[in-house]
Order: sequence, then structure tokens, then C-alpha cells
Amino acid sequence: MPQISQIAATYASQIFWLLITFGLLYFVVGRGMVPKIVATVDAREARVEGDLAAAEAARLEADRTEEAWRADMDAARTAALAETNAAKAQAAQSAEAQVKAADAELAERLGHHDLAIANAKAEALASLETVAAEAARDLVAKLSGVDVTVDQAAHAVREVRAHG
Amino acid sequence: MAAAEGGKIDPMHQFLIEPVGGSHWVVGGYDLSFTNSALWMVVTLVALWLFMLGGMKRELVPGRWQAAVEGFTGFVSSMLTSNVGPAGKRFVPYVFSLFMFILFANILGLLPFGVVPGVHPFTVTSHLTVTGVLAIISFAIVLIVGFGKHGFHFFSLFVPHGTPPLMIPLIFVVELMSFLVRPFSLGLRLFVAMTAGHILLKVLAAFVINGINMGPGYAALITLPSFLLMIGITLLELLVAAIQAYVFALLTSVYLNDAVNLH
Repeated sequence: MPQISQIAATYASQIFWLLITFGLLYFVVGRGMVPKIVATVDAREARVEGDLAAAEAARLEADRTEEAWRADMDAARTAALAETNAAKAQAAQSAEAQVKAADAELAERLGHHDLAIANAKAEALASLETVAAEAARDLVAKLSGVDVTVDQAAHAVREVRAHG
Repeated sequence: MAAAEGGKIDPMHQFLIEPVGGSHWVVGGYDLSFTNSALWMVVTLVALWLFMLGGMKRELVPGRWQAAVEGFTGFVSSMLTSNVGPAGKRFVPYVFSLFMFILFANILGLLPFGVVPGVHPFTVTSHLTVTGVLAIISFAIVLIVGFGKHGFHFFSLFVPHGTPPLMIPLIFVVELMSFLVRPFSLGLRLFVAMTAGHILLKVLAAFVINGINMGPGYAALITLPSFLLMIGITLLELLVAAIQAYVFALLTSVYLNDAVNLH
């Protein structure tokens, strides 16, 4: 086995060259390159993590914006509804007031007309009594020759009318 | 094959260390020759460096190569975080270098470079000197971190919580022994796993070659099943290559956890 039988002759060379190559490896590759590669990996991981965090923040922001928009929309809808209701109520009120006013006017005019009619009726009745009294006086004068006054005739007419 | 002398294939020849170009460089009494083993260490280093270079684009959206490199660094750093905790991030450069060096060395040793004439693949991690040094480095870091962070309080690692006072001396000795055995088990595990796998592959390869040389009957009887078995064992060895690198790095991070958090 050369590893054992040659050991006395070759150990110096083996150790010498191993220390040189392994030392170069350690300082050039291990200390020079590995930290840079590890740093690259770490930087990438940090970047990915940061990007994910930013995306999460953006998502939350979007949610918040949407929530605010929804709240705005709700408020606007409520406000519009209230305005519509108010306008409706106002319109109903004003219509009612107008109808009432028209009713009042109509009632007033009817009142006037009724009064006029009543006056006319009373006037007519009064003139009817006068006519009836004159007719009665004329009838009495013609039939009995008694000359009664208009007042007596009118009284008689009133009595007849009252007793029906 | 250079090992095939007189029809015999030496399964141990693949582990032989010889200077590249045959010249020995002796410095201060020590033979520091640039051997085939050193060559494959350099090949491992360069391959790993090129692999890592593909991950240095540092784009926000990684390409395939960058994603592969980031997969490895993420794997090691999550292993340290889960075993040691947040303090484990400090050890990512070391454990990553360790894991990737062992993984690349294991896999490069398994790749069929031998089909190119003149190229002899060599598995650096099948040598006890290499795995031993890596284990000692890991163990030394554990000791330095442990004593540096906790001082002599680090010895409380050897007395688990709830030990009856009477048992403390015995438990202390047992725990100390198991602690001191760690670098040996760490180094030997990788060395033995890689060596055994490569010997098995080479023995089966010898069956395949010798079966062909002995005629069609033997070829059908020996070569074919051996070759099928080799395919399976090769796949298994690729798995072992990854698992052994993982085990080495995992145990190192478990030991670092002891040093940082003291149980």
C-alpha cells in the first residue's frame, strides 16, 4: 500500500503541496468568492422579501382605497336618497298647499255664489209675496168689491202660506 | 497500463506517488517534489476555481451555472446554520473549501481520464497524508475556537450535564478519549473509503482485462459480469465520493458546534 510504504518519502511533499493548494483555495475561493456569492443570495432574498412586502402593502392600500370608495358611494347614495325624499316630501307638501288654497278659493267662490243665490231667492220670494198680495187684493176687489190695502192682502197671503 | 507487467495488474499502483517529470526537489532536507499527487491537487484547485468563477456573475436572476454554485454555498451555509447556529456563518469559507476540495478531488479521481494516453488519474483523498492534514486542520480550528472562546471552561465539554459526581473522573477520561480520537476517525474514514473503492474498481477492471485475454469462454463468464458490476460500483463510488465529502464537512461542523456552544 503506497499510502503507508511511501509515507516517509512523500509526507513532506504531500503536506507542502496540500497546504499551498488548500491555502490558495481557502483564501481565493473560500474567503474571496464565497462571501460574495452568499451576499448575492442574501441580497436576492432581501429583494424578494422586500418586493413581497411592498406587494402586500400595495394590496392593503388597494383594499383601503376600495373600502373608502365604497363608503363614499354609500354616503353619496344615502345623501341622494335623502335629497330625493326631501324633494318628494316638499313637492307633496306644496301640492297639498296648492290644492288647499284652490279648495279655499273654490269654497269662497261657492260661498259667494250661495249668498247671491240666497239673496236672489229671498228677493224672488219677497217679490212673489208682493205679487201674490197684489193679486189677492185685485181678486178681493173684483169678487167682493171690497177695497183692501196691499198690506192687508200681504198679511193674508203670509197667513195662508204659513198654514199651508 | 503501466501497471500491467507480465499480465499482472497491480491494484495498488494507482496510489503510487512519483514526481512529475522524475525530478526531485529537495529543500532543506525535505523532498518537496511536484508529484502526481500535487498535480491533481492543483487540478482540483483549478477545476473548483473555474466552477466558482461561473457563479460570480452575481445576477439577480441566476443562470444555471450560478444557481449550481449558489446551491453549493447555500448547502454548506445551511448545514453550518443548522448545526452551529447563527455563529456558524463565520466558518462558511473554511467548511465550504473543505467540502468542495474533497468533493472535487473524489470525483476527479473517479473520472475516466485514463482513456487519454499518458494521463493517469490520481485520487488525492485516497492518501492518509492528505486526509490526515485536513483532519488536523479541522481539529486545530475546533481547539483554537474552543479554547479561544471558553478558555479552560472548554474542558466542561468532557463532563456532560447531569453526570453523577462519582462518575465525573471516569466520564471525563472517556469523553476526552473520544474527543482525541476525532481527528483520526475523520482522516481515516475518508482515506479508507476512497482507497477501498478504488481498489475494488481496479480489481474488477483486472478481471475484465484478464478475462478477455484468456479467451471468449472466460470473457463471457468473467468479463461480462465483472463489467456490469463495475458499472454499478462506479455509480456507487460516485455516491460515496459525495457522501464522504458531506460526512467530513458535517462532522467538522458538528465538532465546531461543540467548540462554539459547548453541548
